[in-house]
Amino acid sequence: MSSVLLAQEAATTNLNAGLAAIGYGLGAIGPGIGVGLIWAAVINGTARQPEAQSKLMSIAWTTFVLVEVLALIGLVVYFIASTA
Amino acid sequence: MGRLVLAEGDVFSPPGVKDFFLPPIFGDVTKPMVLLVLSVIIVSAFFLITSRNLKIVPGRWQFAAESVYDFGRNNIARDQIGSKEFKPFVPLILSLFTFILVNNLFGVIPIFQFPTMARISFPLALAILVVYPVYHFVGIKKFGLGGYLKNQLFPPGVPTPVYVLLTPIELFLKFFMDPITLAIRVFAAMFAGHLILLVFTLGGEFLLLHAAAPLKPVSLVAWAFAIAMTFLEAFIQILQAYIFALLTASFIGRALAEDH
Repeated sequence: MSSVLLAQEAATTNLNAGLAAIGYGLGAIGPGIGVGLIWAAVINGTARQPEAQSKLMSIAWTTFVLVEVLALIGLVVYFIASTA
Repeated sequence: MGRLVLAEGDVFSPPGVKDFFLPPIFGDVTKPMVLLVLSVIIVSAFFLITSRNLKIVPGRWQFAAESVYDFGRNNIARDQIGSKEFKPFVPLILSLFTFILVNNLFGVIPIFQFPTMARISFPLALAILVVYPVYHFVGIKKFGLGGYLKNQLFPPGVPTPVYVLLTPIELFLKFFMDPITLAIRVFAAMFAGHLILLVFTLGGEFLLLHAAAPLKPVSLVAWAFAIAMTFLEAFIQILQAYIFALLTASFIGRALAEDH
């Protein structure tokens, strides 16, 4: 009797939280690569031309935020999906 | 059976969204509201006091205020808007920067320990009620409605058939997504950072109080990580305030640009 109940409970367990976490992990790959590419380019540029660093930094931050927001939107979606 | 274990407190319940809904202090007033008002007082008091008795050779406090002002004026506003038109926007950019900075830093300052911007409504109000109208207004004021829309939706130097694709994308990005991503960026960073601090601190506490004896020392590792994360969090909080101001300036600059 109790084992039947436990089995039923297991069958109806909400998997959304785990699935959402996996989804966010997958979704964070893209922005991770993007942010890495941006800073790699900045480091390269600074190594080649140190005096251009301040100019490169402002361009880097503006592009960095465009990529970063994808991961952050993913985080918001994770919380929406895991509670649904 | 599972319920019983939970009730005894032997199972770690990870912190989640529920930890951001604090009980009201009095009436309908909650902690973020109080912090918001406090931040306005702190920012205005800081600038009023430090600029009351200005000298040619700045003292310590005047120097601090001047550094902040200089940063907002030269590094954010002038770089993004352009040296011709940036002057009227310096107060807006500077107050956005300092306001968000103080609100974010509340997250790591003891006693306060709650970043106001971790509640979506505050950054959303800033982005939709302040930044969004400002940059569209200045653009429309400068070019007229038709000229402004033509500038924003039909970027030059593109073959004509491409506009079929490009114009809806530009419309969607500039009139819909920009303010939303602006708000979500600072919100999600503050939210995630605060949650990480909660996980490490509460996890350490749980290990110390409820774990088996050999595992108890691990709580020290968790707290060491919580301290390290606090420093990272402080850095991210400053960065997010800078980015919010930077993007505001960049939107204004884009609205005012001649041929973009």
